[in-house]
Amino acid sequence: MADDNSNAAAYWKANLRLITGCLIVWALVSYGCAILLRPLLAGISVGGTDLGFWFAQQGSILIFIGLIFFYAWKMNRLDKKFGLGE
Amino acid sequence: MSQFAINFLFVGGSFAIYIGIAIWAKAGTTKDFYVAGGGVHPITNGMAIGADWMSAASFISMAGIIASAGYGASTFLMGWTGGYVLLALLLAPYLRKFGKFTVPEFIGDRFYSKSARMVAVVCLIVASLTYVIGQMAGAGVAFSRFLEVDATTGLIIAAVVVFFYSVLGGMKGITYTQVAQYIVLIVAYTIPAVFISLELTDNPIPPLGLFSDHSASGEPLLSKLNEVVTALGFNEYTAMVDNKLNMVLFTLSLMIGTAGLPHVIMRFFTVPKVADARWSAGWALVFIGLLYLTAPAVASMARLNLVTTIYPDMAAQVENYEDAAANPIAYADRPDWIRTWEETGLITFEDKNNDGKIQLYNNAADFSDRGWQGNELEVSNDILVLANPEIANLPGWVVGLIAAGGLAAALSTAAGLLLAISSAISHDLIKGAINPKITEKGELRAARISMSVAIVVATYLGVNPPGFAAQVVALAFGIAAASLFPALMMGIFSKRINDKGAIAGMVSGLIFTLVYIFVYKGWFFIPGTNNLPDTDANWVLGISPLSIGAVGAILNFAVAYMVSSVTEEPPQEIQDLVESVRYPKGAGTAIDH
Repeated sequence: MADDNSNAAAYWKANLRLITGCLIVWALVSYGCAILLRPLLAGISVGGTDLGFWFAQQGSILIFIGLIFFYAWKMNRLDKKFGLGE
Repeated sequence: MSQFAINFLFVGGSFAIYIGIAIWAKAGTTKDFYVAGGGVHPITNGMAIGADWMSAASFISMAGIIASAGYGASTFLMGWTGGYVLLALLLAPYLRKFGKFTVPEFIGDRFYSKSARMVAVVCLIVASLTYVIGQMAGAGVAFSRFLEVDATTGLIIAAVVVFFYSVLGGMKGITYTQVAQYIVLIVAYTIPAVFISLELTDNPIPPLGLFSDHSASGEPLLSKLNEVVTALGFNEYTAMVDNKLNMVLFTLSLMIGTAGLPHVIMRFFTVPKVADARWSAGWALVFIGLLYLTAPAVASMARLNLVTTIYPDMAAQVENYEDAAANPIAYADRPDWIRTWEETGLITFEDKNNDGKIQLYNNAADFSDRGWQGNELEVSNDILVLANPEIANLPGWVVGLIAAGGLAAALSTAAGLLLAISSAISHDLIKGAINPKITEKGELRAARISMSVAIVVATYLGVNPPGFAAQVVALAFGIAAASLFPALMMGIFSKRINDKGAIAGMVSGLIFTLVYIFVYKGWFFIPGTNNLPDTDANWVLGISPLSIGAVGAILNFAVAYMVSSVTEEPPQEIQDLVESVRYPKGAGTAIDH
């Protein structure tokens, strides 16, 4: 039982770490690159405008999609590793 | 074949498909009705979520808003997609593991409180009902423009079709019609966009065309657009936004609100496994992304097309923008699509300086040296997507397709919202509180009756909009962000939050958000009852009422945490429930209890 509990706790901890990492990227591309850090990226030009504009209208959406699939894939591996999958 | 006949064929044909699917997917049990039997494939579910999520606002209005606001409107693009990351990481898998039928049911069980469940029911109904009004109104506009019936008749036709497949099939009928509606709407959105992108940039992929060179001038499309609009006194299309705090909070409100909207969350209850809930969030965003990545391209290209239609001298390479911008076309020479849309009142022209020409420019700029006495052409944001095929001279069948696509977007979202409302009434209110002993058959009947009543109410409100249609989005997202999302998230990620904390948090987040909106928008949106004018000079710290949901959510978290920490811990069986929700092992399909 104690073993079960520590196993479950380790699984949850690994999940929280993964969520934190993904949410940092999520915030960095949208609130960071697309809004607050846009002036810093203004020097990098992309098709007639700057990188920040690309992040705001294309890049963040593409990265959001990648993040969800990355998380789903990682979680499937965690489910198996800890024997807590369905 | 006349344009009317083509439109009729496309709209009628798509409706026939939806009704056929409804008959095939009739619901026999409450499980069919609430969660489509619980066996929906994640890709199918992703597609259904796409149609459920992309409303008349996404399909019809969003590109128009971006076209007029440029970079500033990126908020909608990021906000309405970034919420899916929150859903996939923070809510969907756990709520799926919990395995019940509705969102208020989770809140009621987790916070072991009927009052918490009822607070959630009220939030759900207000958010969903305000949202559905916009869908019905959108369907009415599409009908009146393309099928030449008046908006009320159009709305009633739309209501009858929705009634048929949602009352008959519940979630099961809605799921498979939404898949069909997704296909119709994405094809309708993409085809004109591809043609316009080819025409303007020679690149067939609109999101790439957006960053390519404009073929007629050889300059990058976006720098061309910047030059053209600044010559008419507008801000640069790609200009930075000064009020960054507000832009961040607005984006955050839309993201949290998206993740907290019950009609979207419900769709995750229909897949067989927890892992499928994660995958279907990813697929949903792929299908949503197809439209959301195309929309900004449509926006900038349509804006450029519109301006160069009025000022043909600016279309190609320009030596002197000052001269090119001083030479608009005569009103008598306007293209046919302007004539067609003038009939709907969505484009209006007033010859202020009586020179017979169309002056389109920023009213805040002063061009009296050119003899201009004000902007003369008003173009509604809502027509850009609908008029796109006509602006680009595409064949009549593309116009018919757009009509069917706009209606698919409005009806699929309306059906999802109506299902959320009816299941909250039949499952949470009637079975959960009023009559717990109701039979399966009785509950199914109650679900169908409440669905019918919800449709009648939504249709009535669509015909007689309460005068706040434009504010509805703020309200729905504000409520979902400030009340439902924090309660759901804390219910999963904290064992310490108890019933009192959750209720106090939801109520304070909700009231704070509503009051802030009402102070600027009028109490219950009654015009003239606002305490302060709705301008950025009056907003607290420059935070607009549209952005306040994020602050309400933070308040909800804080209050719930503080109240819980000074009151007792939740009972052991609730802490065990939270534990079990966190691990996928042992998930069955969604069940009744």
